[in-house]
Amino acid sequence: MKTWDAIVIGGGHNGLVNACYLQRAGLDVLVVEKNGWVGGAATSRELTPGFLYSNCSYVCSLFRPEIMRDLELPRFGLQVIAYEGGAVLTQDGDYLGNYRDHDAHRREFARFSTRDAEAYDRYARDVTRQCRFIQPLLMRTAPDPTSWKPRDLGELLYLGKKFAGLSAEEMALTLRFWTMSISDFLDEYFETDVIKANFSISGIIGTALGPMSPGTAYVLLHHYMGEVDGSVGAWGYARGGMGAVTKALAASFQASGGTIRTGAEVERVLVKGCKAKGVVLAGGEEIYGKLVVSNADVKRTFLKLVEEKELPDVFLRRVKNFKIRGSSGKVNIALDSMPEFPALPKDSPCLRGDLHFTDSVERMERAYDDWKAGRWSADPFLDMMIPTTLDPTMAAPGKHFMSCFVQYAPPKVEGRDWTDADRDAFAETVVSQIATYSPGFRDRIVHMEVRTPREIEAEVGLTEGNIFQGELTFDQLLFNRPVPGYAQYRSPLGGLYICGSSTHPGGGVMGAPGRNAAKEILRDLARSDHHMSAAHDVI
Amino acid sequence: MNQALVANPRLAAQSHFRTLRLGTPFQPRLDALAKTTDWYNWAGYRAPHSLWDEELEYFAIRSQCALFDISPMTKYRIEGPEAEAFCNKVTLRDVTKLKPGRVHYTAWCDDEGFVLDDGTLFRLSRTRFRLCSQERHLPWLLDSAIGFDVAIEEETEAVAGLALQGPTAFACLRAAGFAGLEKLKVFDLAEFPHEGGTVTISRTGFTGDLGYELFAERKLALSLWDRLMQAGEPHGIRAIGYTALNRARLEAGLIVANADFVTAEHAVRSNRTRMPDEIGLGFMIDPAKGHFNGRRAILEARAKKRLRHVLVGLEIDGNVPAEHAIVYHRKNREVGLVSAAMWSPMAKKNIAIASLDLPYGDTVTDDLWVEIYAMRELKYERLMKRTKVVPRPFIKLDRRTANPPADF
Amino acid sequence: MTSSDRTAWDAIVVGGGHNGLVCAGLLVKSGRKVLVLEAASEAGGPARTEEFFPGFRVSTAHALNRLHPDVVRALELEKHGLDLSGSTPTPNPSPHGGGGLGGVGTSNPVETARTESPSPLRGRVRGGGIFAPSIALSHDGNPLVLHGAYGEALTGATASEQAAWKNLRAQLLRYAGVLKPFLSRRPPELGGGSFGDMAALGQAALAVKRLGREDMRDFLRVLLMNVHDLLDEQLTDDRLKGLLAFDAVLGSHLGPRSPTSLLGLYYRLTGEIGGAPGAQIVPRGGMGAMAAALRSAAERAGAAIRTDAIVSKILVENGRAVGIALANEEVIRADKIVSAINPAPTFLALVGAPHLDTGFVRKVKNIRMKGAVAKLHLALDGVPGFAAVEQADLHGRLVIAPSADHVERAFNPAKYGEFSPEPVMEITLPSLADPALAPAGGCVLSANVQYAPYALKEGWDAGKPKFLAAVMAQLEAYTPGIGGLVRHAELLTPADIEARYRMPGGHWHHGELQADQMLFSRPVSGWSGYDTPIEGLFLAGAGSHPGGGISGAPGMNAAKRVMERR
Repeated sequence: MKTWDAIVIGGGHNGLVNACYLQRAGLDVLVVEKNGWVGGAATSRELTPGFLYSNCSYVCSLFRPEIMRDLELPRFGLQVIAYEGGAVLTQDGDYLGNYRDHDAHRREFARFSTRDAEAYDRYARDVTRQCRFIQPLLMRTAPDPTSWKPRDLGELLYLGKKFAGLSAEEMALTLRFWTMSISDFLDEYFETDVIKANFSISGIIGTALGPMSPGTAYVLLHHYMGEVDGSVGAWGYARGGMGAVTKALAASFQASGGTIRTGAEVERVLVKGCKAKGVVLAGGEEIYGKLVVSNADVKRTFLKLVEEKELPDVFLRRVKNFKIRGSSGKVNIALDSMPEFPALPKDSPCLRGDLHFTDSVERMERAYDDWKAGRWSADPFLDMMIPTTLDPTMAAPGKHFMSCFVQYAPPKVEGRDWTDADRDAFAETVVSQIATYSPGFRDRIVHMEVRTPREIEAEVGLTEGNIFQGELTFDQLLFNRPVPGYAQYRSPLGGLYICGSSTHPGGGVMGAPGRNAAKEILRDLARSDHHMSAAHDVI
Repeated sequence: MNQALVANPRLAAQSHFRTLRLGTPFQPRLDALAKTTDWYNWAGYRAPHSLWDEELEYFAIRSQCALFDISPMTKYRIEGPEAEAFCNKVTLRDVTKLKPGRVHYTAWCDDEGFVLDDGTLFRLSRTRFRLCSQERHLPWLLDSAIGFDVAIEEETEAVAGLALQGPTAFACLRAAGFAGLEKLKVFDLAEFPHEGGTVTISRTGFTGDLGYELFAERKLALSLWDRLMQAGEPHGIRAIGYTALNRARLEAGLIVANADFVTAEHAVRSNRTRMPDEIGLGFMIDPAKGHFNGRRAILEARAKKRLRHVLVGLEIDGNVPAEHAIVYHRKNREVGLVSAAMWSPMAKKNIAIASLDLPYGDTVTDDLWVEIYAMRELKYERLMKRTKVVPRPFIKLDRRTANPPADF
Repeated sequence: MTSSDRTAWDAIVVGGGHNGLVCAGLLVKSGRKVLVLEAASEAGGPARTEEFFPGFRVSTAHALNRLHPDVVRALELEKHGLDLSGSTPTPNPSPHGGGGLGGVGTSNPVETARTESPSPLRGRVRGGGIFAPSIALSHDGNPLVLHGAYGEALTGATASEQAAWKNLRAQLLRYAGVLKPFLSRRPPELGGGSFGDMAALGQAALAVKRLGREDMRDFLRVLLMNVHDLLDEQLTDDRLKGLLAFDAVLGSHLGPRSPTSLLGLYYRLTGEIGGAPGAQIVPRGGMGAMAAALRSAAERAGAAIRTDAIVSKILVENGRAVGIALANEEVIRADKIVSAINPAPTFLALVGAPHLDTGFVRKVKNIRMKGAVAKLHLALDGVPGFAAVEQADLHGRLVIAPSADHVERAFNPAKYGEFSPEPVMEITLPSLADPALAPAGGCVLSANVQYAPYALKEGWDAGKPKFLAAVMAQLEAYTPGIGGLVRHAELLTPADIEARYRMPGGHWHHGELQADQMLFSRPVSGWSGYDTPIEGLFLAGAGSHPGGGISGAPGMNAAKRVMERR
């Protein structure tokens, strides 16, 4: 029976990134994926004839350019199309547009407030300063602050030096970013509600927090980090849908000799003598590997794939206490024609970007209150976009695919499981919100896929359907992610690693966790990692 | 929808996205003259680098008179019983010494004493000022106004501006019929009638030459332009673009925000910010005038000798401009950077403005060198040229300040 | 003005609240001539006792849980009449309504404590008094009681919950203990930290290391966590979780689910009484006795206290504070001015923005200080009864916060400028500790009620009667029949508290005590060490580090700073 050098559980983007790097280091790597296709949450699927859906993740934002280069993703077909704008539609029939051009951006804000228009530069500077501080941490393994190992001390020193290198004002700003709510933070720069709502968006996407929750200012940074140093196409659509990202990864992996098995659901990790020896598939087939890397989230990995008795109590307690909170859903819609938004001029570039309908921080926060009470939001926050305005490959000419990311959707409805009726009612809140701003919208719908946390968990395997594999709050960042003591991609079991978004630096289609995990694995194997680019300098 | 557009100016303004670079109030005239169609983005406006010949445009400034559209410059109207006290708090120089009908060049700082911008403050009356600047500062000005009885309004779009610079500038304006203009001394301003409205003319400029700046309501712009062009025709008036002006300002030794120093609110790297003393604006600081923004930090930096940089004028051997060249001490130690450089046709010297790390440029001024990479047909000619610190301006023209102004 | 007037005072303390008195007392003891100016007719701020209905008196601050031991020691407050042994309930008529076990009053509650439940179950007994217990009231007559210093013993819960609480309590106290040394010193400066700052940070780091590896990991994980999650991780009893969640967010604009809300609980637990962290007492003679002791300590040492003296201006000459002007235009000069009032009016009204850098003014204006706590005072015809709450426990703190989720739900409307329809509250009966507060047979009920947002959308004129009705309905549910005992109800909304005590936003802490407004960021970053951009002007109020509550710590730290600066 063959023994693989490494078995990667789950063919999501981080699993594939990890597998690519290991394979390129000369290991013989097998990726096992439960679905009949790879991609995890980054997939393109034809769910109705003629329409390709980015049915889970929907936008390429944070993918590290170093990884794209190392793994030759452009060569394997990845193209990212930057989007051209975005808008928040307001209840009074107007909208606030986001334009790429600096002066257009200012003039747009000035329609609402001259003061806010002129406040934007200082805001942008402060956000940029923080991103510059944090970005270099993305591709580094977090130190263990309790450790006396030279490597951990060195890394701590690096962090300390970096912080000490800031001016006093920047230090104060850093602390504010890490602790403030995005709403309070924005209050210090802007006076207009729709402008604050516009910036709050990045503070809440993917989290089970409202814009008034402390800590959401950091979440905003997490979404902005991709934009540092003008990486072109920081935010954009992958041509052919998000599956194009994982398709390119899979192609890169296979081109370097890697093997992928789809339709192979792992039931558990084979453990012998505190060491991972392989995996057991549903159906009982055993596959052996010298090491096992799990792309599944930390809870699924250690509470479902590994038996409790194999793990130390403290570790188990911490894994159980890890917060993975389902907070979002997804409604994917095939349209037989381009929907109209009377508020937006037909030639507006905002249509070729993300649209939103919650025009105040209060509406967004109230949507969150519903979630806390165990209900989906009656007036949800939508991050809506129509990739086919820029990508002709996803639907026939004139037809469109619309992706609606919806917040908030609880993992359980008032304590019970989601039902199909709940799901339909949830979809109705979404459709009716869009229809309010787009007359005739319902009539254009050809097909609709509704994904509550239930569906996301069932198909993709994300616990509670959480897109980040765990909340991005301070107690779950850096050396606390996923759990204190195991923030370096290893686990209490020899030969078992984790490489998903549950690990530092967290979620988004970024690839950094998968890459960082590969680096640690190669380190343990004393293998060269010369094929892995270091993070680009931020100068 | 149409009715809504009329009723709601916010809706009416939606269509701005179709014109990324706005025209200034003079745009029809500029477009007509723009033979090179060489535009650049000045604060969101379409502004000419050059209109017809950047060399000749420069010589128009020095030998005839040049008309330059300064409308995109940011302008704030500051008005109220405590406008003077407000300006005194915000800006460095003593505004109580600025009489109505006078203008001064000033700068303003944040709490840490870092320069937010430099600009000109026009005292239009006892209670009314206009502040002209490179960057936008409305939030800063409004927050600075807390506790003062003063109103502040952004008026960039509402007010059209022109600079008329050069030896025949006065003759041209007199020919245009601005009676009494000869009374204006340097940094004086006065109002003159034009087409039923008024135009504010100040004897100011950015060229180190005889010159005037004219401000008027937007709707008066084109008639004002035409009046000047007609009257100036015999005096050699020429419309010019920024390249020519930029040369003139360098000869005059004047600095430009975000070219010769980085403004504090835009500095992503906090060590790029500069105190007034570090960019040659120390003369503006008046510790005796009472509180002003940054006073504490500036005086502390002086007392504790925390100043790190100095901005100097350089004369460089040879005639190859040293733009963005590194400055060395003894050819090996990096001590600063040239931010602007040119061969000066007036001074017949190779001049530059540079920012040096102290003590270089201050107590250590000998054995300074500039390393010039001159790209010549796809090859860098690398030159190490001796340089010396010289006072600014690089040229001093008596006609700038002569009273009455010469009628060339 | 004569020249001798100019040097008459070494320091003027603006504001005779407890921090002002502490600061003045310490400065006087160092040999300085100090004048305290208090706008009201009596010093003490919200700790002063006032009549709110003929014969009924109360102080707005109603319990002591963090008066700093260094303050007590340095000012010898116990010599000046402060009895920190805590008061015990005096004989009282039987509680009305409620019934339960509390029906029989005993003349010696200590005796009760001993006989009913052998020590230490009933809590620590000190000098004849006991720490006030905290009672988590429940609808169905099953209260849960934290005895002694913040629940040294827990009654009313299952054995497993008691064990879980014991662990959690120990953990919370350990972690709070790491932070405690910061209370009595200037916050370390960001950037150019002094040797002292480095040493303090080093000590804190060492204290964290000393927790041991796993404990240190947990400490770092939970530091900025929300209290709700932590409670869910370790406890199961909704009453206990409700009480702890309430304590964590009391006085702040946060809900238990808000990240960083655990810091509120730490802050509480950094407080101590008589060396017992987390303990609370109602001092003998009530809070008025505490205010009187502070005033006496300051005055006996030689401080002059002028009441009805409204400061309208801090005089600044050439960047230096040289004196103050009163509302009646009287000018008093001094070498140093210490403002023990809120930082916002100190700078924006008394100094005036024109004397200050714009960035600083911005920071001051950005201090979040919209209070969310209302204060209820009831003049009652008798002692209200609470189902199954023993007589001995009535002198403690009775908390209505049935679950952490309930507290969170109560918080929701506050975010939008609406009051909680089902508010949460902590109740004390101060007249049990100080019978002089109520006429014979009467009883005073004092309650902190949350959430009552300062900026109520509909305005407090319209909202107050509605909120009072909601509060009374909530009370009625826990002490049926209380409505019939009420002779008078006074509800102080944050707007009322602002007007009465000159506390902007009616905020206890003179600024939200949240992570971004703590330590080096309190009151504003760059000026966290009691100094101000105006030479000779210092801050000494709760708006400065470490924050509010009757601790005296800001006043004490400020006094040290003033002395350092010659």
